[in-house]
Amino acid sequence: MREKLPALIITFAATTQALAAEDFCQREGLPGRLIPVPREITAGCGLAWKAPPQEETRLPARLTEAGIQWSQARVIPV
Amino acid sequence: MIYLDNAATTLQKPAQVISAVTEAMGSMGNASRGAHEGALEASRAVYRARAKLADFFGCPRADHVVFTCNATEALNIAINGLVPPGGCAVTTDWEHNSVLRPLYRLEAKRGVKLRFLPQDGFPAHADVVVCTHASNVTGDVRDLEEMGKIAHDAGALFIVDAAQTAGSIPIDMEKMGIDVLCFTGHKGLMGPQGTGGVCVRSGVEIAPWKVGGSGTDSFNPFQPSPMPTRLEAGTLNGHGIAGLSAAVDFIQQTGIEAIHAKEDGLARRFYERIKGIEGVKIYGDFSPPLRAPIVSLNIGDYDSASLSDELSQRYGICTRPGAHCAPRMHRALGAEGQGVVRFSFSYFNTEEEADAAAHAVAELAAE
Repeated sequence: MREKLPALIITFAATTQALAAEDFCQREGLPGRLIPVPREITAGCGLAWKAPPQEETRLPARLTEAGIQWSQARVIPV
Repeated sequence: MIYLDNAATTLQKPAQVISAVTEAMGSMGNASRGAHEGALEASRAVYRARAKLADFFGCPRADHVVFTCNATEALNIAINGLVPPGGCAVTTDWEHNSVLRPLYRLEAKRGVKLRFLPQDGFPAHADVVVCTHASNVTGDVRDLEEMGKIAHDAGALFIVDAAQTAGSIPIDMEKMGIDVLCFTGHKGLMGPQGTGGVCVRSGVEIAPWKVGGSGTDSFNPFQPSPMPTRLEAGTLNGHGIAGLSAAVDFIQQTGIEAIHAKEDGLARRFYERIKGIEGVKIYGDFSPPLRAPIVSLNIGDYDSASLSDELSQRYGICTRPGAHCAPRMHRALGAEGQGVVRFSFSYFNTEEEADAAAHAVAELAAE
C-alpha cells in the first residue's frame, strides 16, 4: 500500500453538506476531492473533503463564508 | 388514445426526463453509500435535484428537501412526525385519503382530535393544519396564504398537500407561509412514478416516521438527526430522482406560468363546450381565475364507471371514474353512490383533444 501523507480532511454531519462543499470548491477553483471518511476521524457523514494541508486555514473559512456547515477540519496522514 | 387522466399521473413526459432516467440507470450507484465514482455520481445527481426543487418551491435549504416515493409517503412522514399523542389536527372535506387515513389512524390509535373546516370551527389551539392545495375531484384551489395565516394564528404548523398543483401552479413556501410542503413527482411535475418529497421549513423538526439504513453514522442505534437523512431511510429512487431533476429543468425552461396557462386553457375550453349540454352536471367552481386543470362531471344518473368505460371503448378517451380516494368530498358533492368522471389535462394535451372529449360527452348525453 502507498505511504500515508498529511492531508487536510474536512468532515460533515450530512452528505448534502459534503456535496455542497464539492459543488462550491469546484465552482471556486478550490482544491480537493471527496473521499470516504478515514478511520482516524468520526463523522456523521461518510464523505469527507480531502485537500492539501496548506489549505488548513483558508478552505474551512471559505466554506463557512459560503454557509456550508462542516464538522471537523484536521490535518492527518491519509 | 386521448389521455385525460393527468390528475392520476401524467402519461406524456418530456423527452429529457426519459433520457435522464435511462442515462442514470447506466451510470449511477447508490447515493450516500460510498465515495467511489458510481456512488458520487448518484449523490451529485440527488443533490442537484434537491437544490433545484428547493429553488422551485421557495424552500430555503436544499438539505430540507426530503425525497419520498410519492405524496402519500410524504404526507405520512409529515403528519405522523408532527402530531403528538392527544394533539389536535385541523383539516378539510377536500382531502384525499393520503391525508385522511393517516389522520383517522392517529385519531383511533393516539387519541388525536380531528377538526374539519368549516363545519367544526377552528379550535383555540391546534398542532397542525393540513390541507390540499387543490381538490383532486373538482380542481378548486385553496387560498394557501389565508389558510397559512389561520394555522399560524392558532399556533399550528401548516402542512400542504400539493399533489395536484406541484408543477402546474406556482408555489412559494415562504410567501404562502407553508411549514411543510408534500408533493409528488409524477403528476404536474411530469417526472417518473416513484418520486415525491417533503420540503421542510427551517426550524420545523419532524420526528422520523421510518428508520433504517442511512449510509452514515452506522453505529448510532437511532436514525441520524441531520436533515435530510433524518427523514430518508433506505436507498433512494436515484434513477427516478434523476428524471425528476430533468423534469424540473423542463418546467423552468418552459415557464410554470406558460404551463399553467395552457393546461387551464384546455380545461376551460372543454368546460365551455359541455356546460350547456342537457343532462350534464359539472362539479366545482369555475369562476375563480386560479384552478387546477380538472373538470369532473356526470350525465344524468348514469354510473360514472360505465360512462368512463364508454369514453374509453368508443372514443379512446382515458378518464377516471369513481370516488378518487376523496370520500368526504364525494359526500359533500352528493356523489357517493354514482361517483364522478374526471377529465384532467396536461401541458401535452391539445385543443383538438379537448374538443374531441367535449364532442364525445355531447354524443353520450344525447343518447
